[in-house]
Amino acid sequence: MHPIIKLLAQRLSLGLLLLLAASALIFIGVELLPGDVAQSILGQSATETALRNLREELGLNEPALTRYFNWLFAAIQGDLGTALTNGQSISKAVGERLGNTLFLAFWAAIISVPLAIILGLIAVRYRNRWPDKLISAVTLSTISLPEFVAGYLLMYLFTVQFRIFSPISTIYSGMSLGEKLSAIALPVMVLVLVVLAHMMRMTRAAILNVMQSAYVETAELKGLRPFVIIARHAFPNAIAPVVNVVMLNLAYLVVGVVVVEVVFVYPGMGQYLVDHVTKRDLPVVQACGLIFAAVYIGLNIMADVISILANPRLRHPK
Amino acid sequence: MNDELKYLLERTVAGRQSRRAFLGRAGALGMSAAMANTMLASAARAQEPKKGGLIRMGMQGGESTNTLDPALAASEVPFAVNMTWGEMLTDVDPNGNLDMRIAEEVSSSPDAKTWKFKIRQGVEFHNGKTVTAEDVLATMQRHSDENSQSGALGIVQGIESMSAEGDMFTVTLASPNADLPYLMGDYHLIIQPDGGRDDPAAGIGAGPYKVVVNEPGVRHGFEKHVNYWDDRIGHADQTEILVINDTTARVAALQAGQVHMINRVDPKVYGLLKKAPGILVHATPGRGHYVFIMHCTAAPFDNNDLRMALKLAINRHEMVDKVLGGLGSVGNDFPINSAYPLFDNTIPQREYDPEQAAFYYKKSGHDGSPIILRTASGAFPGAVEAAQLYQQSAAAAGIPLEIKREPDDGYWSDVWNVQPFCASYWGGRPVQDQMYSTAYLSSAEWNDTKFYNDKFDSLLIAARAELDNEKRKGMYSEMAHILRDEGGLICPMFNDFVEGVSDAIAGWTSDPNGELMNGRAHVKCWLA
Repeated sequence: MHPIIKLLAQRLSLGLLLLLAASALIFIGVELLPGDVAQSILGQSATETALRNLREELGLNEPALTRYFNWLFAAIQGDLGTALTNGQSISKAVGERLGNTLFLAFWAAIISVPLAIILGLIAVRYRNRWPDKLISAVTLSTISLPEFVAGYLLMYLFTVQFRIFSPISTIYSGMSLGEKLSAIALPVMVLVLVVLAHMMRMTRAAILNVMQSAYVETAELKGLRPFVIIARHAFPNAIAPVVNVVMLNLAYLVVGVVVVEVVFVYPGMGQYLVDHVTKRDLPVVQACGLIFAAVYIGLNIMADVISILANPRLRHPK
Repeated sequence: MNDELKYLLERTVAGRQSRRAFLGRAGALGMSAAMANTMLASAARAQEPKKGGLIRMGMQGGESTNTLDPALAASEVPFAVNMTWGEMLTDVDPNGNLDMRIAEEVSSSPDAKTWKFKIRQGVEFHNGKTVTAEDVLATMQRHSDENSQSGALGIVQGIESMSAEGDMFTVTLASPNADLPYLMGDYHLIIQPDGGRDDPAAGIGAGPYKVVVNEPGVRHGFEKHVNYWDDRIGHADQTEILVINDTTARVAALQAGQVHMINRVDPKVYGLLKKAPGILVHATPGRGHYVFIMHCTAAPFDNNDLRMALKLAINRHEMVDKVLGGLGSVGNDFPINSAYPLFDNTIPQREYDPEQAAFYYKKSGHDGSPIILRTASGAFPGAVEAAQLYQQSAAAAGIPLEIKREPDDGYWSDVWNVQPFCASYWGGRPVQDQMYSTAYLSSAEWNDTKFYNDKFDSLLIAARAELDNEKRKGMYSEMAHILRDEGGLICPMFNDFVEGVSDAIAGWTSDPNGELMNGRAHVKCWLA
């Protein structure tokens, strides 16, 4: 078997095991939280009778272990069940939310990843001169700004002062692509500002590392232009660390943007998950947790594979 | 007409000043009251509702876990959503009078035990079916049977038997209750086809709008139910409720014209938002109140002298100013204010009195150990700050309070009604009886102050059967005195509903029953 395929198979099966462990951990975590779904639904207006009836109907009286395995077997067969709180199909609701989250993450990534790498290359080309310092200063300040502050600032600027964009980013089916893009312009801007610095600094550092090598000196002595040396000779050898950071940030764009979702009223996975955690709606939390874990694991496997493919020494192990 | 008068008139009609203020100013300009009244009436008539368009509300209080099942509605967005597609037997109008909805007439036996509701003819559900007495019966059964999960269970469980015959729905109560027609207006008791047994969360009702989009926690879209019976409401063709839980985003959406109305304007931005162009901010006194509750059965709160000391050690005016930003009124340690019918306004206001508090504290013989007060930011907006203010005003009377901050998550299941002293809130009820029966009757399920007083209970039961309003008012007044002087409730303030409305909207009236005109602002207003 080709070593790459073997590696991939290994990683994937490990990933599946990790997912299983994650589902067990999520289940235990939610079980440990005080109160249950019946109590959370009824809130301050809970009466003993109403609580008892609701628990009965939701099947909360069965032992925790039984509930976990029931859920697991159904999930393996692709049935995520229905939300305990409102009886909606989880697959359908999560599908829509996940679609929205990926839509936002996609556009944020499409802008931020190339931008970060190009800025990184420019920073290396002019290292320790003003363009390098300017790029670092700007990106480091935007990453230091909490997301919600950046969000409110952009909102104030672009919706209240100049009415260019809408402060609410709610998107729904039936909107044209143009309308959707206009709706998500502000959250995309915030996300780009937040993830830019990390990737840019990593690109810069990784390439600078390679720039010390003998072959770069050779390229310089051949008389190549500095930017060509960086882009053609140094960057390919710096891909592994950059890819890892890029993947981490992509994972963040999918699973970690709940604050941005709240500020801009964006119907993504984060808000959906938080709502259901407060209501102790276990099946939904499980489903979201698994999807998030799968995204993390998947992106990390991808990062590994790309780093290996980019490095001939790893590609052809002895 | 001179310019000043014209200006005043416009302001009054737009709801920026009260009718009374207008009459006063018009009088000052040399106009007789009769003339000013006529003028106001004709100006108001010029404000004929306009039909059509799309009204959007941006609201806090919705989650992706919400359902359309009226039995399970608890937060603000489901409430307003259900008020859009649903209709109850009765409702309560802004003046506290009964507003007949699906029931056209109501009558009772002289002992107030048997009630007959005549069902309005020709009211149609969104699925085309006609509303019958059987549907009403099935709805009430679903809320009251032994499998009920309804938030209205406490209201309907006093029903002994129900029946439907022709267009008449009859309720027989186990014990008399003169307020039953009001109780039937509870927002959970929305009439559904066959009582909603087939699919309680279908969103099919007899209200002015049909559900078109239902994305819990995101948005709810509606279009006009063309066969709706009452053309006095439901002016817009379409209406939409957007869930905007973030306060800043909600205000920005209103300012940017994305939504016409928002609920829960933060008192901190009230002054600023009022100055924003094109926006009116309404503060409506309601029945909701923020409270600190003591269990009358748990030490040290089982000692009435200590309870009295704690009641005297709170600075109510300071709380209204600092916690509510002045948008509210002081409470008097019973859960009723002037927004209720039959309120006795002669009951003396309890004031902050550190000396008296110290006297009662000493008299109670408390050992001086800190009294633990539990609070959480979700107990009510500003609950943590309110507890800190309380701690300071109590310290001035020599009473040591220790604040224990609890997480919001699980507060209503693990702290409220469990711990002996904590912060909480009540949304208020349409009538005094319901408020007292919900939380202060010995047998009440939510008796969160563990208040057991036989005299109080017997007065409450007697008042239910009393059809003479003057006598009833006297009974309620006596109950208020008992609760104020012996109860476990410390009620520092009644909060106003603070809402932002765009000037593109006309027809706003203030309604003490609930926020956003009792959840129906988008149904009752129109696009100017």
